[in-house]
Amino acid sequence: MKALSQKRRHPLAAVALLLLGLLLTGGLYAAATSINDAQATNAAEAYSASDVEEGERLFVANCATCHGINAEGSDAGPSLIGSGAAAVDFQVGTGRMPMQMSGPQAQKKPAQFNDEQTMQLSAYVASLGSGPAVPDEEYLDVEQGNIARGGELFRINCAMCHNAAAAGGALTEGKYAPALDGVESRHIYAAMVTGPQNMPEFNDSNIPPEDKRDIIAFLKNNESQGVPGGFSLGSLGPVSEGLLIWTLGLALLIGSMVWLTSRSS
Amino acid sequence: MSTQSLESKYTEEQYSEVDQYQPATRTGRIANYVDTRVGGTGMVREFGRKVFPDHWTFMFGEVALYSFVITVISGAFLTFWFDPSMASTRYDGSYVPLQGVEMSTAYSTALQLSFDVRGGLFMRQLHHWGALMFVMAMAIHMLRVFFTGAFRKPRELNWVVGCTLLLAGLGAGFTGYSLPDEVLSGNGLRIIDGMLKAIPMVGTYISFFLFGGEFPGDEVIPRLYSLHIFIIPAVILILIAVHLFMVVTHKHTQYPGPGRTERNVVGYPIGPVYAAKAGGFFFVVFGVLALLAGTFQINALWNYGPYDPSPVQAGTQPDWYIGWFDGLLRLMPGYIGDIPLEFVIPTPWGGNSVATPVLVTFLPITALLLGLFVWPWIEAWITGDKKEHHILDRPRNAPGRTAFGMAMMIWYFVMWAAASSDLIATHFSLSFNDVLIWLRVLFFAGPILTFIITKRICLALQRKDREIVLHGNEAGVIEMLPHGEFREKHTRVSDYELYTLVAYESPEVTPARPNAKGKVGLLEKSRVRLNRTFFEDRVAPVSREEYIEALSHDDHGTPAELPAGSVGAIESRKS
Repeated sequence: MKALSQKRRHPLAAVALLLLGLLLTGGLYAAATSINDAQATNAAEAYSASDVEEGERLFVANCATCHGINAEGSDAGPSLIGSGAAAVDFQVGTGRMPMQMSGPQAQKKPAQFNDEQTMQLSAYVASLGSGPAVPDEEYLDVEQGNIARGGELFRINCAMCHNAAAAGGALTEGKYAPALDGVESRHIYAAMVTGPQNMPEFNDSNIPPEDKRDIIAFLKNNESQGVPGGFSLGSLGPVSEGLLIWTLGLALLIGSMVWLTSRSS
Repeated sequence: MSTQSLESKYTEEQYSEVDQYQPATRTGRIANYVDTRVGGTGMVREFGRKVFPDHWTFMFGEVALYSFVITVISGAFLTFWFDPSMASTRYDGSYVPLQGVEMSTAYSTALQLSFDVRGGLFMRQLHHWGALMFVMAMAIHMLRVFFTGAFRKPRELNWVVGCTLLLAGLGAGFTGYSLPDEVLSGNGLRIIDGMLKAIPMVGTYISFFLFGGEFPGDEVIPRLYSLHIFIIPAVILILIAVHLFMVVTHKHTQYPGPGRTERNVVGYPIGPVYAAKAGGFFFVVFGVLALLAGTFQINALWNYGPYDPSPVQAGTQPDWYIGWFDGLLRLMPGYIGDIPLEFVIPTPWGGNSVATPVLVTFLPITALLLGLFVWPWIEAWITGDKKEHHILDRPRNAPGRTAFGMAMMIWYFVMWAAASSDLIATHFSLSFNDVLIWLRVLFFAGPILTFIITKRICLALQRKDREIVLHGNEAGVIEMLPHGEFREKHTRVSDYELYTLVAYESPEVTPARPNAKGKVGLLEKSRVRLNRTFFEDRVAPVSREEYIEALSHDDHGTPAELPAGSVGAIESRKS
């Protein structure tokens, strides 16, 4: 203690103190975020070494052109180190990757790899660094979800881009939030955890896994409950309704008017 | 109708004869009983023989009336269950995804109507489709009136009544849209609140006055409800009565045709065929609306969730007739480059902000709506025409008006389209930003281009009409004359068609008239300039001389016998 009090007016004391403070806060922050990460990856599947190896082979053949030979990224594509298995499962599983063409955002298309290959690619990317894992079956079981709560969460967090009926919506510069009809539960979950394309990331401290399950339950219920009022007109709201009255409605009216005022002769 | 005139009309014997009349059949006795007490004969005699001209475009007003009646009837059904209260409640109806969710009574009763009342969803959809059709029918009816010049003297005031009806229709629609208190309508109200608050100085006070405090408060929906089910429908009903009364007083306009003059109405009497047709048409309109309501979902309010000021949803738009307000707000940039258009006036209490981007949008709205109201007088001022008009213009025969009307329509369309800019972007794979930029360009360039193009098209169509009158239609038969010349045969149009092609007014440019002091004022100068834009390149209708001259060119060589009727048609022209 004596040494400390003697050296307290040393010219470098302030610098040392500052360093100490920075180290402490930085260390705490790192610890805190890695706890989050740990939560995110808590469902890590055990991938076998052969999965990783096979995945690497697929990666080099199909993805490395843009993402780099070691997935370190290039001008054409981001680094995948730390992206996690969930991101790969989403992007490859929905056919967004490999990308068909450059554009404002990758578009959904028929998946280019089968389930096994997708799993192997996920295994490879997961082996590069820790990231969100493919979700547990437990969190995809819509039977356990609370639909009403899921609806509330969806309206607060998702509907501003995806539309209240999950019919999709526009973003800037040609980007868009896709419609969620028919998207698999695991992909919805993965999208929330990884924030693909222009979507923000909803990690587990933001929306806990149980809440994600509620949202999925709400979406799946919307899909299965059908449309109570007839044809949904794309669930796009007043625009498609206005279009219908000005096309079909007006055509029916004019047709009957011309008929009524026509003479039999 | 005074008693004196009746006395002079009938003798005492005739009266007693009517008094003691005993019909032979049972139905006759009932009819006579009612008639002697209600006096239906007089009404039937007066209105049943009122003549109306026959054209399908004259029926949009009827559609508006009928869809209004249907909307009122279905709306009355809705009031039995709907409770416009903003008191908080927990939903416990049968729609599972909202069970246990906290919401206003208004929203929960709207859900109850949709899911737990038998036929409730159908009636809600019928009401909403009916409202969309009501405003659409009014809009098209007014376009018909505008482009055929039916608003001219003596119908200017009825045009104003019509404009007011249109505005009342917008009001009825918007207040109704806001009632269910779900996120969609709440956002609509939020925009209205924002627009009110943008008014300098008094905006905040007006907003607080309307919402009973800070938005959203808990009073606005009951207030809108009073407006929606009571005040606005009453205004619409009264105005419809005035409107129809004026139609009867002025008599209906008619399209030009043989035998139709400014002094007569050619058509059929209301009774019995028209009455039956019009009555039947009510059920046609009802049928169309019921078909839409039964097959197409409208305003799926259960999707939107209870109103809460924090969430906004993609695809949030107002109903079509309010769309152009929304579109204007989207078109107006908040920044130009890096310069914000909003600014703050420094004041001792911390500054008043002026929301210029919102305020600017009031300008086109005011211009269009005010212009709509005063157009009959503006046009009369430009043309200097003070005559009565009962014969309609074919739109091509009034190129200036038609071009101006089209320009304003395109202007409106651009604002309207801007409200769906996000859906245009997603559905045509375009960039949302590009769509907005193009619409901004069209906002300024569209009306000007439309005016020029429409006017050219009108003049071209008039020239085509002249061509048909003077040379007839090409028959598609090539003849070879004895000396070897080839020539295409033309068939002359019938006298009936000829009349329609030549009998129209074609005003010429009216030069500037000096005022009492002998000076040509600035106002008169601008009138002349507009007058010239309207009429300087007019295509004159075929004159008698031209027609006779043209007949002599026909392949028979000399005009041996002139078709009397066709020249008569030209002579009967007014101008």
